[in-house]
Amino acid sequence: MNLLVCLKQILDPEIPARDFRVDVAKREAERGAANLVTNIFCENALETALQFRERLGVGRITVLSFGAATAEDSLRKALAMKADEAALVLNDGHPHPDPLTVARVLAAAIRKLGDFDLIMVGREAGDWGAGQTGGLLAEELGLPCVSFVDRIENPDGKLRLKRQTDTGWEMLEAEPPIVVTITNDEHNVPRIPKVRDVMTSYRQPLVQWTLDDLGIDADEARAGNNYYEVVDLSVPQKETRCEFVTGDTLDDRTEAFARRIHAVTSAL
Amino acid sequence: MNDVVICLFGAAGYDKSAQGLAGAGRRLADELGGRLRAIVVGAGAATLASEVAGVVDSATVVDQAELAEYHPEFCLSTLAQLCGDLSPRAVLLSNDAYSQELAPRLAHRLGGSAVGDGVEVRVHGDCLRVVRQVYGGKAQAVIELKRKPAVVWLRARSFAPAPRRETASEITQAALEIMTDSRTRVVERKREETGSARLEDARVIVSGGRGIGGPEPFTTELLPLADLIGAQLAASRAACDAGWVPPTWQVGQTGKKVAPDLYLAIAIAGASQHMAGISEAKNIVAINTDSDAPIFKHCAFGIVEDYRKVVPLLREKLAALQK
Repeated sequence: MNLLVCLKQILDPEIPARDFRVDVAKREAERGAANLVTNIFCENALETALQFRERLGVGRITVLSFGAATAEDSLRKALAMKADEAALVLNDGHPHPDPLTVARVLAAAIRKLGDFDLIMVGREAGDWGAGQTGGLLAEELGLPCVSFVDRIENPDGKLRLKRQTDTGWEMLEAEPPIVVTITNDEHNVPRIPKVRDVMTSYRQPLVQWTLDDLGIDADEARAGNNYYEVVDLSVPQKETRCEFVTGDTLDDRTEAFARRIHAVTSAL
Repeated sequence: MNDVVICLFGAAGYDKSAQGLAGAGRRLADELGGRLRAIVVGAGAATLASEVAGVVDSATVVDQAELAEYHPEFCLSTLAQLCGDLSPRAVLLSNDAYSQELAPRLAHRLGGSAVGDGVEVRVHGDCLRVVRQVYGGKAQAVIELKRKPAVVWLRARSFAPAPRRETASEITQAALEIMTDSRTRVVERKREETGSARLEDARVIVSGGRGIGGPEPFTTELLPLADLIGAQLAASRAACDAGWVPPTWQVGQTGKKVAPDLYLAIAIAGASQHMAGISEAKNIVAINTDSDAPIFKHCAFGIVEDYRKVVPLLREKLAALQK
């Protein structure tokens, strides 16, 4: 079984709101002191792939990223987590290209990398959160797509995908090749690579391509805004002032807290 | 063509989400000077179409056997075929999981552009612009869609419904040749146990986070408190990822988007991805040991204390107040 996992490097979404600034003119977040990290849902996807391979006992995992040169770190970390191969398509165009651009670039890179049974992406990214890469990639590749998958099994040679719905879950049987988007659950929390594996990952080969290597319209990909464009980005000011309940004892404070809750609920 | 199409699933009924979607569609169609059309898919489609017919200009029902239950490929090819025939200016969907799954692919098949989780749709010259939260709710972006049609999935529950008209519109039954696609098939469906109402419709929510520390306190501490004040139980991503409660309880950017009158956050730090799910709550209140926890920045009132001490006492006090 050949698995491909797409990874996106993003600005750490866990930075507190008070440290978050946007560059209004460029319509993007300011880097500030924030780290660059692999999007959590992409790591959930890689973890799901690793566990699936462990259950199968065989299989190759290729990781692919379209991003700045720094995205190499996300790919190295994936290698340290025990992906087999890594490829980077260097983005020297629009810093946050629209979802169709991303899908087209990834589709071209995937065709160049070979044949895959399962193409896995995170359900959305913690920065722009568009949630479109998987669906558009499936359309570009002419493949079916199942979203919000949290577990992949392979009993009696059939691919089984468990996915979350609004009210519970569904199990789908699928014939590869297929695109899946992965969501988080208790079983696919990403593993922490060993320090030794992180170090050796920097000696492993890594394929690097530019947009000109993919046989697509590189100028259009660099423009990155044929599908949609962010025309405004702002930080809404809506912090409220929290009133902490007061009182000398825990009992007094809880009493005050209870009264305020009761005031809201009894009015409903 | 300036028509607007809304896509609905029959199984959900004419709930707050469907009403908000129809309302958003009505106002956009009026602004564009086009007609509002509904496509209603799956089991229950005929009933839902008769409800929505009071708001839209025409409704199409597709409820043939292959579509009774949701299947991504069948549903997608059906919507692509019907929307293609109507050649609308915009296609609007709700932000349920199925709609989110379909919308980008639908846009691709129609040669259009998609954007999701919209809280506002604006007409800007020849283009549609959609307002949505980004960076886990820390920022707000306005996105201009370059291709037609614009396919937009909305936080439909936050849109006002449209008034019903006196005469209901015509309802057409569509019978399509559905290309059966055997590459995927649904073999099992499971509904998780939830409370009496949907989380999205709850007026009071008691929610637990990482600081709860395990699955038991959700049953022994939070559940009795929730029962006492008529609340639904929910959780943060950390609590769901730990396996303490099912993923259907998750509130946040990628979980449920809720809008209760009261959201009581217990031992939840308030990461921005969590706050993105409760931005429309009227009153956020919290119990947390850390007075610097980001959750308090959004709270009307709060108490800095270990929930293990507060919650049992709080139940006593609330029970006394209710007498």
